[in-house]
Amino acid sequence: MAEAESARAVRACEARNDALTEPRLVRLGIIALAVAFLTVFIVLPLVLVFAQAFREGIAAYIAALADPEAQSAVVLTLTVAAISVGLNLVFGLVMAWAIAKFEFAGRTLLISLIDLPFSVSPVIAGLVFVLLFGAQSALGAWLIARDIPILFALPGIVLATTFVTFPFVARELIPLMLQQGTQEEEAAISLGASGWRAFVRVTLPNIKWGLIYGILLCNARAMGEFGAVSVVSGHIRGETNTMPLLVEILYNEYQIMAAFAVASLLALLAVVTLVVKAVLERRLAEGRRQRDH
Amino acid sequence: MTIEVRNIVKRFGAFAALDHVDLKVETGELVALLGPSGSGKTTLLRIIAGLEWPDEGDIRFDGEDALQQGAGERHVGFVFQHYALFRHMSVFENVAFGLRVQPRAVRKSEAAIRARVHDLLDLVQLRWLAERYPSQLSGGQRQRIALARALAIEPRILLLDEPFGALDAKVRKELRQWLRTLHDEIHVTSLFVTHDQEEALEVANRVVVMDKGRIEQIGTPAEVYDNPRTAFVHAFIGESIVLPVEVRDGRVRLGASDLDLAADGAASGPSQLFVRRHDMDVGPVDSGVLRGAVRRVRTFGPVQRADVALTSAGGETLIEIDTPRDRRLAPGDVVGLHPRRYRIFAAEA
Amino acid sequence: MGLTLTWLSLIVLIPLAGLFIQTADLSPAEFWAIVTSRRTLNALKLSFGLSLAAAATSLVMGMVVVWALVRYRFPGRRLFDAIVDIPFALPTAVAGVALTALFAEQGWLGAPLAALGIKVAFTPLGIYVAMVFISFPFVVRTVQPVLQDLEAELEEVAVSLGANRWHVVVRVILPSIAPAILTGLALAFARAVGEYGSVIFIAGNLPNVSEIAPLLIVIRLSEYRYADATAIAVVMLAAAFLVIFVINRIQRRAQARAPAL
Repeated sequence: MAEAESARAVRACEARNDALTEPRLVRLGIIALAVAFLTVFIVLPLVLVFAQAFREGIAAYIAALADPEAQSAVVLTLTVAAISVGLNLVFGLVMAWAIAKFEFAGRTLLISLIDLPFSVSPVIAGLVFVLLFGAQSALGAWLIARDIPILFALPGIVLATTFVTFPFVARELIPLMLQQGTQEEEAAISLGASGWRAFVRVTLPNIKWGLIYGILLCNARAMGEFGAVSVVSGHIRGETNTMPLLVEILYNEYQIMAAFAVASLLALLAVVTLVVKAVLERRLAEGRRQRDH
Repeated sequence: MTIEVRNIVKRFGAFAALDHVDLKVETGELVALLGPSGSGKTTLLRIIAGLEWPDEGDIRFDGEDALQQGAGERHVGFVFQHYALFRHMSVFENVAFGLRVQPRAVRKSEAAIRARVHDLLDLVQLRWLAERYPSQLSGGQRQRIALARALAIEPRILLLDEPFGALDAKVRKELRQWLRTLHDEIHVTSLFVTHDQEEALEVANRVVVMDKGRIEQIGTPAEVYDNPRTAFVHAFIGESIVLPVEVRDGRVRLGASDLDLAADGAASGPSQLFVRRHDMDVGPVDSGVLRGAVRRVRTFGPVQRADVALTSAGGETLIEIDTPRDRRLAPGDVVGLHPRRYRIFAAEA
Repeated sequence: MGLTLTWLSLIVLIPLAGLFIQTADLSPAEFWAIVTSRRTLNALKLSFGLSLAAAATSLVMGMVVVWALVRYRFPGRRLFDAIVDIPFALPTAVAGVALTALFAEQGWLGAPLAALGIKVAFTPLGIYVAMVFISFPFVVRTVQPVLQDLEAELEEVAVSLGANRWHVVVRVILPSIAPAILTGLALAFARAVGEYGSVIFIAGNLPNVSEIAPLLIVIRLSEYRYADATAIAVVMLAAAFLVIFVINRIQRRAQARAPAL
């Protein structure tokens, strides 16, 4: 009797899962495949960067990073990122604001143009600046004649970096601002607030987390950009080498440990970025929930 | 096909969605599960369909244990409130789905499938929409297609979860009539969930009133309306006037005054007096057991609705009553009130 | 508004226009000669062919990952979900050196593979591996939200109509998320074609064998052969725009047919 009862329960359990999920074996297979794939393709390379960086001990690691060339690369990378992120922050805000708060012809075109740099190979992004400012172009010749360096110097690196990181801030803000509409600002202005105060007091708090999110991703890409910067930098040692470029040079010179030491800093940046991103996403989700209520 | 629900219990964590529910549905019936949201009616429907599993109890179709079968083996047609039409398929393909996924051995030929789908589209009167996509249909059309799709597999039972809940009032009324007629035509045992009493009373042969995971009453629409068995059913179905009263030795007291009403065998203690709005007779001041002053009157259609402040209630209690239009009332009138029919239930603790 | 447009033109449009003006200096015959030269043609074939293969692989593996993350509960799920973004966040040069070291003949994975006679680093196979690495997150992140939001009712109704699990997946779930899958595929392809940093380390960069188109652009630039670099870039840009155009069409068609009901 008890056996019949348990057989019945087992059959009921099977019937229950029949078509609403996969058989247990398939489920386990898919999980195993996904975990194996992510481990081989993501975890292993990441672990390898740190393992290689520290393979000669902490002293060697610190020495590699204390190298003047490494130091100048870090400084240059931070400088470039600061300027590019700053530029994209200001213009991203203005652009998102204009797109979200005004109706005008070509708005849709503009939105799709913003994403353009994402679909262009970074090498091509670098190439267009070389064509524009190189000695062979009229503008380039004019600038060189006046001793204004663009290519193979800081301005070129900043321009290329700004180009490839152009969409990050604006594309985070546009949906937020569109969803928010204009009512709150209008209310603030009707209550006597100036346009600027309405922006600072009403608009900014609402988009705060989205803005930080955009800056975060923008910064990660700015510090890590390789292709575009590689084309415009000229690889002048100690002068126009950013950290990713230095990784390449050290690696090609078989200074493997030093290459991975610099790479480990960039990998750390990526990991920190993802952790902060996870926190911000929770904040953004909470913000959405609050608005929904 | 009969459906027997025996002693079903379903818990979601600590919350008992269904608390020892018993129900028997006879072949060819059209039964409504009526209750407020959270009463467990949808959970019961999903358990019958095989989309949820009970923690305890039995489901039997014609005496046979349904819990041994998965949702796909039960031959139950299920219609969702939001239609759940397959967006990437035409109307024709939506209806044909159940026929196309049958095991090869029993699958119909393409010609037979076409014929069957066209019959069903004729049945729901939407054959002209066969090549459209769901997004091109109105809500009412979508729901009729969802029904045709469910009928395609020749279900032994038809289950509908708030089938008209997403439609606007006018379409809902039309579809109600249409479902009633359709059921008379095809006579498949059907169970539908609704929170709309009018829908339940108008469409169903029998109504199952549920609250907090329990069945409060099962009966014909007339029974649950005229003879509500519990205070919940009385309050939930139809518009009721509820007065807090005290039953003592077979007498009904409202505040300090003794109402000249029989307690109908209600037990002594704090109780509630339920009267339908239209069961309250209005007469001269000294007629009836209650007295009140008319505060506001409005008329629409055949009904005159008045707010009356009861003066015999100790404090002031405002009630709404419906009277025929020929019994003229004006604000300021003092009237006597007498409940023609009433029920007394023990007050809830 | 004026400021916005000016900024956009300054930073995006003028440089791109410059690119095409530069190309215009070429006669069609010259352009054709460059694009069809053996080395260029081989580089383009390699880039597009491997990108297609990598995007297809990303599609399959991306779907496996999405399915596991969305449909199942397993220990570490949230962590694995988070690290899918690593290829987005990790600088490409770092990914490049890491993958190369991993798959080199003495590497953690390269050594066992070499024992099996499979050489990954410094071969086209290595390029393919790097492309899969940088492109599969696009599939995951495009499909994941759509699969998550797919109403359970669609599956339930299919089951109640007698469909088995195979039919539910193949006839109901996959077609419902097909627009997202195709978009993910296109994004993955576009990224793989344009990728430079993570590929060049592992590629070997042998002309005609393992030299990708973006690298050839860089080489031509360093040789001051701007016309050659531009011609290759134009072909790649045209392909990228074509992909974007196709994505937009897919999305528009899907929206026209199936707006949120």
